Amino acid sequence: MAFLKIDNLRKSFGKVDVLKGIDLEIEEGGFLVLVGPSGCGKSTLLNTIAGLEPITSGSISINGKVVNDLHPSQRDIAMVFQSYALYPNMTVAENIGFGMEIRGVPKAERDAAIAKVAETLQIGALLNRKPSQLSGGQRQRVAMGRALVRDPMVFLFDEPLSNLDAKLRVDMRTEIKRLHQRMGTTIVYVTHDQIEAMTLATKIAVLKDGVLQQFGTPAEIYNTPNNLFVADFMGSPSMNLIPAKVKASGGDVAIMMERDEGEPLALPFAGANGALAGRDGQNVVFGIRPEALTDPDSADRNARHVSELDCDIEVIEPAGSDTFAVTRLGGREIVARLRADAPISAGQTARLAFNLDKALLFDPETEARIV
Amino acid sequence: MSAGKTVGVSGNRLARALLYSVLIVFAVYYLLPLYVMLVNSVKPLDEIRQGNMLALPDVFTLEPWARAWSSAQIGVQPTGLKPYFFNSILMVVPAVAISTVLGALNGYVLTKWRFRGDDIVFGLILLSCFIPFQIALIPAARILGMLGIAGTTQGLVLIHVVYGLGFTTLFFRNYYAAFPTELVRAAQIDGAGFFQIFRRILLPSSAPIIVVTVIWQFTNIWNDFLFGVSFGDFDSQPMTVALNNLVSSSGGVKEYNVHFAGAILAALPTLVVYIVSGRYFVRGLMAGAVKG
Repeated sequence: MAFLKIDNLRKSFGKVDVLKGIDLEIEEGGFLVLVGPSGCGKSTLLNTIAGLEPITSGSISINGKVVNDLHPSQRDIAMVFQSYALYPNMTVAENIGFGMEIRGVPKAERDAAIAKVAETLQIGALLNRKPSQLSGGQRQRVAMGRALVRDPMVFLFDEPLSNLDAKLRVDMRTEIKRLHQRMGTTIVYVTHDQIEAMTLATKIAVLKDGVLQQFGTPAEIYNTPNNLFVADFMGSPSMNLIPAKVKASGGDVAIMMERDEGEPLALPFAGANGALAGRDGQNVVFGIRPEALTDPDSADRNARHVSELDCDIEVIEPAGSDTFAVTRLGGREIVARLRADAPISAGQTARLAFNLDKALLFDPETEARIV
Repeated sequence: MSAGKTVGVSGNRLARALLYSVLIVFAVYYLLPLYVMLVNSVKPLDEIRQGNMLALPDVFTLEPWARAWSSAQIGVQPTGLKPYFFNSILMVVPAVAISTVLGALNGYVLTKWRFRGDDIVFGLILLSCFIPFQIALIPAARILGMLGIAGTTQGLVLIHVVYGLGFTTLFFRNYYAAFPTELVRAAQIDGAGFFQIFRRILLPSSAPIIVVTVIWQFTNIWNDFLFGVSFGDFDSQPMTVALNNLVSSSGGVKEYNVHFAGAILAALPTLVVYIVSGRYFVRGLMAGAVKG
């Protein structure tokens, strides 16, 4: 039973369609992350769930109750804004207690609730300060405190970490995840950072131009992206996408990729013969993530189909935990992820292992995944 | 290197001296009329007649001030400026308060509760800033007559509120355009209504623009002559009209010392408002201009 359900949601600003029929649902206690590039409609979608933007058609229901026409304050949601949106003229305690004050909660009860939230978030010492006297991380906590104190059915987060510096962002990410595990409240979270999406979500919805590209668990989104956009958007470094041709002769299928010099590269592709039947000679896009393209020693021992091939290494980028090697296939730069101490150097030819279990094929016309 | 530096500093000093002398000359130039008014308002009339307007008084007297305030001939009545001063106060205070509050509400709606065609509405309100007073006189007189408040203080308040609305709306709209909309949204989620958000979230952050608006409106309305002379009766005419009647009354001798004292009395309230809140005026105007 879906706890938050969004059904064929459409939203237009005048003649501009911002959301073009979104269907989503998340179970109670789930963590739904809306991810996509700027202008994809993810923040608008969140605002429609909050009730801050009216919808054009479709429906939104929370816990089985349609909330389309309910005022934001009556939807039993709480929201954390990108800018934190702390009231500058109020102290931290007044900020957290403002909603309760408006609802006429008695002062003693309010103070107790504020104290409890302050303890959870360790902001007890800040309660009498004004927002202008707080650091970015402290403001972030207060903004979360204001949401927590409502004890809502759904939390909405609008890019809450994007104004923090890199280290603090990672810390707060962990903290949000811990908070979610402890409270078990349903969360909808907007971000453009695909790492945040992968680490936090139980379900990810990838949006582009107001259309839902894919909706699934982080593993589904990462391992079997629906189309080229999702494949390219999720993962860092992003998936290698190489123009290729299908060559089917007899029962064997191979994927042919051009090389700058020498013979085209032929990779036997045993995975899904059925899907490739009748595609002999057609163009496809061959997708393989950097970690599935590595030095033979660190290749996945459990993989059923691994091909080893010699490649010209153009650039080496040691990143501490791994070493990234850049080579060239099908006219594209290809990134391979090797172990840190892999004996490899730029300008040499090195043997790379392609884990074809993890490889994907896309149709270059429709951009949809074939295999 | 060090020599070059010395030259630079002394050149700087020269430029600065030049700059200050020019500024001082201008300051004296602008302060001179005030000086003449002040000095001559505390002289007996005979001394002024001797011709030296710039000289300090031989005999110091506050009598001209007392006469201007309470017994000088204004038109046909020897009332002094006192009743008209209170006419002005009774007109200015409500007119400034109402136009400021309405301007703030307009600015709030035009930036945070936007609706279809709000830009057109704002454009039309803005247009009223460019309409010369004289064009509106006859329509205004008709409306005041129809409402039955011609010649009353309420009538003058209404005219000044309507006329000031364009400016106050402009000030507040530009100020609130820079006010983060997310704060309004957060307050909506917290359950605050239209007026609660205005009073609890926007107004506490509006001090600079309120000061700007109040100074602007106070000065304009206090100094207005045309509306006062067109729509005011004896018991509603403002200070400016009375001052004119004092100075231009044809009978008897011209009491220059009383005229000077009266003119200063008429200018005093705006002067006080500027001195008290002038600091905020510049700051507020800048805030609106840069962020808006």
